[in-house]
Amino acid sequence: MNDFERAITYLNDPFNWTRRNGILDLLAEHVAVSAVAVAAAMVIALPIGAALGSARRGSGVVVVVSNVSRAIPTLALLTLFAVSPIGFGNRATAIALAVFAIPPILTNTFVGFRGVDAEVREAARAMGMSRGQVLRRVDVPLAAPLVLTGIRTATVQVVATATLAALVGGGGLGRLINLGFGQRDYGVMIAGAILVAALALLTELALVVLSWAVTPGQRRLPFRRVPRTDAAVGRPEPTASGIPL
Amino acid sequence: MGAASDVVLAVDEAPNPWFDPSYVSDNWDTIVGHLREHVWLTVAAVAIGAAIALPLALLARRGRWLAGPVLALSTVVYTIPSLAMFAFVFPLTGLSATTVLVGLTAYSLVILVRNFLAGLQGVPADVREAARGMGMGPLQLFLRVDLPLALPAFMAGLRIATVSTVALTTVGVLVGHGGLGQLITGGLNANEYRAEIVTGAVGCVLLALVADLLLAGIERLLTPWARAARS
Repeated sequence: MNDFERAITYLNDPFNWTRRNGILDLLAEHVAVSAVAVAAAMVIALPIGAALGSARRGSGVVVVVSNVSRAIPTLALLTLFAVSPIGFGNRATAIALAVFAIPPILTNTFVGFRGVDAEVREAARAMGMSRGQVLRRVDVPLAAPLVLTGIRTATVQVVATATLAALVGGGGLGRLINLGFGQRDYGVMIAGAILVAALALLTELALVVLSWAVTPGQRRLPFRRVPRTDAAVGRPEPTASGIPL
Repeated sequence: MGAASDVVLAVDEAPNPWFDPSYVSDNWDTIVGHLREHVWLTVAAVAIGAAIALPLALLARRGRWLAGPVLALSTVVYTIPSLAMFAFVFPLTGLSATTVLVGLTAYSLVILVRNFLAGLQGVPADVREAARGMGMGPLQLFLRVDLPLALPAFMAGLRIATVSTVALTTVGVLVGHGGLGQLITGGLNANEYRAEIVTGAVGCVLLALVADLLLAGIERLLTPWARAARS
């Protein structure tokens, strides 16, 4: 029996799912930490991105934030927060993950709101809409596709990187990988890897469908993000799919 | 931090500074050893990734039927968490740097294939047609038309892939080959020795920065016409 078969056997045992600190508990912890991190990042990044984008200012800052964050290893930040006064545990994990979720949301929100045609906004004002109405009925719907892309990128990335918390004593499904590795029980390790990969892929899929459902206007599934040829070729795409994993 | 509280027990507050130059000088050889592995893994992963991504991108440009699956597959690979990726590779290659290299190559490959394809698709069709009309063969067409025109996109892809790979290499600590990441977990396991952790973390960021600047410099050298247009 090789490690992959052992992993399937492990996953087929219901007790491994339902017992205390079993798969379901770890999954719940994984999802909860991820949700807190994404929510925190949204609270911070959405208003700033929208404000900067509408004002068409601060593109330099946004680009620097997204580039610098790509260079910082998630493992480093997770470890640094864990040994800081924040201490080990899910709080440190959530804060570290939120830090990495901010750049994709910020960048995409910024680009989305900056892309709203000024003349459309002016026309809306001329039709008698208040500033609040312009924001709600013009800016937000037009920026929505990119904003949702940012949230999706950030969420998938958070779910994926939450795995790394296990390397610094945190919880979540990554624990199975780390435990299995430490105990030389490679079937458990592979089982953990399968679960984590499946969770990340399902998150991506669910959010693609969700953003398709709530996006106003033309309904285009973003599965095949075939690069547009008329885009400014040669520039690092401002909405680069975030930082890896 | 220690100064903030009034009553301090010597046992509790053994000095554990965030920055300690003496750590760096005392352990210089160890640090350089990890740095060397980090650089080696990054360069190899990006180089192998590029070597596979370029033919893939060239093939994918020929038809949408291939571009779709290539991009879909790259999205799937990109979504797999790095720790899971290393865990999947581990049964095949064991406790070696190869495990990390295979995982890193997979990520750099999917980043590069997207950017390479974007760059190739950005080459105007009429320019290629004109070149073909001038009698250029496929190789000449690639070297003298596609490559120069797509170079900025290629370099952008290489920069993103390199910086990402530098950060991702740290996850290789799972199998004991995480480059500077070894300092991060090493410090954590050595009773939370902060100086070591910070050295590893700062080292990673500096390495990414240096690599990015280096590639930016190469891009400038390779595209003299862009410089002329800018000034």
